[in-house]
Amino acid sequence: MSVLENTSWPPTCSAALLHRRAELYQTIRDFFAQRAVLEVDTPILSNAASCDLNLDSFSTQLTNDALNQRLLYLQTSPEFSMKRLIASGSGCIYQIAKSFRQAESGRFHNPEFTLLEWYRMGFSLADLMQEMLELLSLCFNQNLASITLTYASLFKQQTGINPHETSLTQLLAYAAEQGNPEAAQICGDSLANGLDYVFSQYIQPRLKPELLYFVTDYPACMAMLAKLSEDQPITAKRFEVYFNNLELANGYEELSDAQLQQQRFQEELAEREKQGANKVPMDKNLVAALQHGLPDCAGVALGLDRLLMVISGVYSIDEVLSFPIERA
Amino acid sequence: MATYSTNDFKGGLKIMMDNDPCSIVENEFVRPGKGPAFSRVKYRNLKTGRVIDRTFKSGETVEAADVMETEMSYLYNDGDFWHFMDDETFEQVSGDAIAVGEAAKWLKEQDKCTITLWNGSPLSVAAPNFVELSITDTDPGLKGDTSGGGGKPATLETGAVVRVPLFVQIGEIIKVDTRTGEYSARVKS
Repeated sequence: MSVLENTSWPPTCSAALLHRRAELYQTIRDFFAQRAVLEVDTPILSNAASCDLNLDSFSTQLTNDALNQRLLYLQTSPEFSMKRLIASGSGCIYQIAKSFRQAESGRFHNPEFTLLEWYRMGFSLADLMQEMLELLSLCFNQNLASITLTYASLFKQQTGINPHETSLTQLLAYAAEQGNPEAAQICGDSLANGLDYVFSQYIQPRLKPELLYFVTDYPACMAMLAKLSEDQPITAKRFEVYFNNLELANGYEELSDAQLQQQRFQEELAEREKQGANKVPMDKNLVAALQHGLPDCAGVALGLDRLLMVISGVYSIDEVLSFPIERA
Repeated sequence: MATYSTNDFKGGLKIMMDNDPCSIVENEFVRPGKGPAFSRVKYRNLKTGRVIDRTFKSGETVEAADVMETEMSYLYNDGDFWHFMDDETFEQVSGDAIAVGEAAKWLKEQDKCTITLWNGSPLSVAAPNFVELSITDTDPGLKGDTSGGGGKPATLETGAVVRVPLFVQIGEIIKVDTRTGEYSARVKS
């Protein structure tokens, strides 16, 4: 191919958006500097991977010599290494980190993307949501109208179904009624998958685009790395942020119980094996760090590419990336 | 048989769904919260024209549909079938009333049509955007009226009926926009 025929060399984002990204990073760094939250840098490569069945890590070979090779994994988020720093006594930290997820490409996804992740010692979820609102208002350069709703109230309001009492059967029947009988194949036998499917198909698209949503108190089966509440119904101390019908962020009051964390990892690994997903090593360093002791903290990951998308009102993630995967 | 995975899905891709050939209109990758990835797809059934929404599990595969568009000349109608020919290969195909559809009322021998072929047979026929046809019947109308306001019905040589201005007479040739079915101009012969 001659040089003239190569049309994939230039960036897909405009010069204005390159500048917009630089401004955004500056705003974020100023925001956390003022609050004495330390910027950290942790490795992208790890000996362990995310065990989550729905996350597929990139892997690569480390070659010292022909006999000494091992697999390393690219992080799906900087969560594990940041928690190890916190357990070692770092205090409040943040990071703007490249993260990688296989097979995620589309209008809102690129396999390589940028997360802002931060952790606050002694913060409740409510404190962290307030801080998120303040940061987003700065990033948008305007006060945003926001609403905080529990997952259950939003779910009931839109579908009439109580997510804490429902069954996968009921959710699949609802999807079939809405014209998606194929949901059964997508969700397998997992209640959490059923809830995620119904939420993303019938609730998320009906949110008011101009309103910033904080969705809280997730069903316990969707806890991931969050603590559980003590009161009934048992909910996960997790929140998600939606704007313009797009998921922007996911936060937890962090699980600090090493034994419980290991148990969740093992359950995920068992599920991976059952579903025929590739085997991955769990992060024993994270479990050890939790054993050592993780201070009470709350943390959240915010997708910066998507944030740039909604700030600038563009159609596709490619418009905010210099070189999306096809041009990388 | 060729298959496509959801990773290949994009606008215009032809796939088989429920035994009918379909064309993908839109595909959106969705990964809800921490849940299972899937594709939210809009596709058009090329037989019925209906647009359908469906979700596909990520990585799911579907059969490819052997659908192509080609330009052919209309030859003749034998009563049941309309016959078309590829001007370069001289290959002939025939389509029934369902495939030819609305185009039937505009087609005159030698007209160039865009034919959508599925497994080599016409699935749909698009008449040229403009056709020139002679008027076989219309009211004589009033002499001197050139405004065309209101107009009158006129029957064309193919049997189609269109509204024409009052001054247009039997035997004259007019240009018709087949997409709207409206009179466009009188053709000087």
